Amino acid sequence: MAREEDNRGGIRDMASPRRYGIERVAYWMMRLSGLGLLAYFVGHIYETSSILRGRAGWDELLAMTQTTEGHALLAVVIGMCVFHTANGIRLMLVQGGIWSGRPGRADYPYTPRSQNARNKIAIYSSIVLAAVAMVYGLTVMFGE
Amino acid sequence: MAAVAPPTDGARRSVTLRIRRSNPAAGQGPSYSEFTVGAEPWTTVLDAILEAKRGHDHSVGVRYSCRQATCGSCGMMVNGRPRLACFTKLSELGDGAVTVEPMQNFPVVRDLVVGFDRLFRSHHSIRPYIVSGEADIAPGTRETPQSPEEVERYIQFAGCIKCGLCNSACPTMATDTQFIGPQSLAQAYRYVADTRDRGKDERLRIIDDSHGIWRCHYAGSCSKVCPKGVDPAMGIQLLKGHMLGFR
Repeated sequence: MAREEDNRGGIRDMASPRRYGIERVAYWMMRLSGLGLLAYFVGHIYETSSILRGRAGWDELLAMTQTTEGHALLAVVIGMCVFHTANGIRLMLVQGGIWSGRPGRADYPYTPRSQNARNKIAIYSSIVLAAVAMVYGLTVMFGE
Repeated sequence: MAAVAPPTDGARRSVTLRIRRSNPAAGQGPSYSEFTVGAEPWTTVLDAILEAKRGHDHSVGVRYSCRQATCGSCGMMVNGRPRLACFTKLSELGDGAVTVEPMQNFPVVRDLVVGFDRLFRSHHSIRPYIVSGEADIAPGTRETPQSPEEVERYIQFAGCIKCGLCNSACPTMATDTQFIGPQSLAQAYRYVADTRDRGKDERLRIIDDSHGIWRCHYAGSCSKVCPKGVDPAMGIQLLKGHMLGFR
């Protein structure tokens, strides 16, 4: 009953990349890649701490990353890392008021100036860069 | 003078209108009522709702006033996206059924009517007026002059009609019950950018809060749904630029 009165979209609405264009997709991907990288860092600390169990322990854990699934996971990490970095630079420029557009009189049909071509190109470039880095990473890992 | 006859090109069609009904105060949970209404190419969603009220069920709860996107009363979710019902034609929405629901991130009063208390409280909190010790015009003085360039810095943000669509589309509003919201933040920028205003430091202090401006992560959805071209996302980022010292 309380939820009905409240009528908030909640996590489900916050995490939905649909309805509001590429900027909302970038927002969603930024959140997802950030959480993914956080999970990777935790796993990475666990992985490197295996050195405390000696060379055998280290080799045993390292062997897990040398499988097809391990390579695929690392490729996803590369993609998340590149997207998060490139889109993060765009967001720093926008949120510093540098790439956020110039205010002026609003004219119908009111296309938001903050969602300009520069921003859209930067978002698509971040996605393409991430995809290229993933393909390159897969080529290197499976080419070993 | 001959009367102008309505067009008879067969453009009139029937549209199924699905309205989400609820009455939290009476303990009635959500359900959907379906109505078939006639639609011309110029029929708006608000026209359709009013036809449903007139011809089918007068108890449908809806708030409206000006019917020309000026008062900001008829904001609602139309096919899952926040829009003004009076500013959205049925013909823009394709051939399927049209679903209208109360605006998300606002408490439901009844059916399509939502409460604006939080929005008005947040708006009031940022002191939405010019703070100046020179407000009184003494004989022999002029009103504070502004160049066209100075007016351009804030005039688009002055077009806000407080309809709440931006707050409804905002992903932070969907999860943070105390977030000040894009409407109020954009209005804070409107006054910060005004050369007549002397309240900048105080306003920046108000919005520099754990549920203030830094909870905006620039999803841009607020600007996407704004029916007046206010572009709240731009105002918020420019405001951040001020606070970070880049502007």
